[in-house]
Amino acid sequence: MAYMTKALLLIATLGVAACNNPDRYGTGGPGDAGAGAGGIQTGGLGDASDPRSVAYFNQTVGDRVLFAVDQSTLSDTARATLAGQAQWLNTNSDYAIIIEGHADEQGTREYNLALGARRASAVQDFLISQGVSASRMRTVSYGKERPVEVCSDESCFSRNRRAVTVLSVGAGA
Amino acid sequence: MTLFKTLILMAAMALSFAPLIPAAQAQDRPRVVLTDPNVSPMPFALPQFIAENGEAGQLAADISRVVASDLTNSGLFREIGADAFISTVSSFDAPVSYNDWQAINATILITGAVAASGNQVVVKFRLFDVASGEPYGDGLQFVGTTGSWRRMAHKVADAVYSRVTGETGYFDTRVVYVEESGPKDNRLKRLAVMDYDGANVAYLTDSSSIVLAPRFSPGGESILFTSYSSGFPAIYVMDVATLGIRSLGEQPGTMTFAPRFSPNGRTVVFSLERGGNSDIYTVDVGSGQLNQLTNAPSIETAPSFSPDGSQIVFESDRSGNQQLYVMSANGGDAQRISGGAGRYGTPVWSPRGDLIAFTKQNEGRFHIGVMRTDGSGEGLLTGSYLDEGPTWSPNGRVIMFTRQGAGAAGQPALFSVDISGRNLRQVPTSGPASDPAWSPLLP
Repeated sequence: MAYMTKALLLIATLGVAACNNPDRYGTGGPGDAGAGAGGIQTGGLGDASDPRSVAYFNQTVGDRVLFAVDQSTLSDTARATLAGQAQWLNTNSDYAIIIEGHADEQGTREYNLALGARRASAVQDFLISQGVSASRMRTVSYGKERPVEVCSDESCFSRNRRAVTVLSVGAGA
Repeated sequence: MTLFKTLILMAAMALSFAPLIPAAQAQDRPRVVLTDPNVSPMPFALPQFIAENGEAGQLAADISRVVASDLTNSGLFREIGADAFISTVSSFDAPVSYNDWQAINATILITGAVAASGNQVVVKFRLFDVASGEPYGDGLQFVGTTGSWRRMAHKVADAVYSRVTGETGYFDTRVVYVEESGPKDNRLKRLAVMDYDGANVAYLTDSSSIVLAPRFSPGGESILFTSYSSGFPAIYVMDVATLGIRSLGEQPGTMTFAPRFSPNGRTVVFSLERGGNSDIYTVDVGSGQLNQLTNAPSIETAPSFSPDGSQIVFESDRSGNQQLYVMSANGGDAQRISGGAGRYGTPVWSPRGDLIAFTKQNEGRFHIGVMRTDGSGEGLLTGSYLDEGPTWSPNGRVIMFTRQGAGAAGQPALFSVDISGRNLRQVPTSGPASDPAWSPLLP
């Protein structure tokens, strides 16, 4: 059974630091749809009525912005959401963020990875322009690997073309 | 046969084979011409191979079925059912009653024998041209272990295919792919490898991280892939024999993806994303030395070497949407080759060097197509809600790809199609599957 040992070793190696879509804040709703990167963060969700809570950021400020087909340009709505995010992040400086870029399934896999990276980067650039330190941010693209809506028409494609700002506790600058 | 042994087979095990007897060379043997648009499947008779001893009984039956299945699935051959047979073949060396095979309209006859002893299996076969009543090439003998019986069957089928088409076969090959499970919004993915026909599945990773788009090295001994195991997409190379994994071309703060080997296996071409912009780079597998080939604010990705290593085809949206370009393997100016309606991605250079396979999106549908390397002669082979990611059989005659349906129920699956557009068929897999990559023909 030597082969099984090797297979297990392989699994262990690959498994390090892996983290696929943990239900990070336990809401079960659209606010936790980020796919997670860099390890599971465990933290209190807090009460959405508390403006310093993660729940407030996700729901009231808005943790995501949407994009047109093939585009990474920020709409006026997106800019307003991101201005709110920047203000919140500048107030709550002990949070780091990972910006996740996503695409809908109407594209080839590699192109969608590159497109998701463009979207995440557009958000990052805007947040930096609003005074959020670049050292608090990382970007990651999920391409079409992590849709939040599963159907195959424009109403859900539009919700999948998104960039999500995911907070992580205690790593802020 | 254990999982590990099966994996090893692919990298290290060479079956021994030898011609049985010299046969007279005839000039006008029946042929299947692969480029003939009206090719009709060649009828063959394959009496169950003779079991030369008691131990070989089941193997003889199994090997016969795999040979027949390979030939039938190629779309180029049609099996005549055993219930039509007039002759029975009682001994491998008995004279062939050609009249009996002519009477049931068999064009070719395949006979064989299997002997098993301990862990060793010997497979012999002969091919006959029924109309002219002569052997069709020399008899061949393969010797291998019990666990490699399917490979020996594939080698028999490859020999038949090669004689009848005049081209190298593709049956003794493996396919590495991504096996998928779970709902689409929380997909689990792991790398798997199987025989080209879906048998002998082995898993290479677990599903704790998203893994994408595995690619074999030219010799089949290692596999490139993209994994989120660090939390961020990056390319890795796996040694097939040991399953050991190491990162390649890693640059902090960047994403690396879409890797493929150069034809000599010493270089990997891939996309590196920095600050939202993706360009094409190469990395020397030995030294880790990076070389940037494109430098544009557009998306440059999905690079693939020409088989002589001198050129690279890739996709770029520099014109405003995805199109295909060819440049020198050293970078520099690129020529756009795609020009039809819609957008083009995932180009892959044929191992024969003559064609480029691609994914095309047009009017809400996805297609797999091929074009000549200058962009002329575009032809679409498939069309569906989502077809993508072609990979070539090592003889450049068959393409495998991912097809996925719409909505929550639309699971991805592997399909194959001839470059003529004929013989579209689903490749059997144990579950939803995507991102196939064909191995070279095994030694």
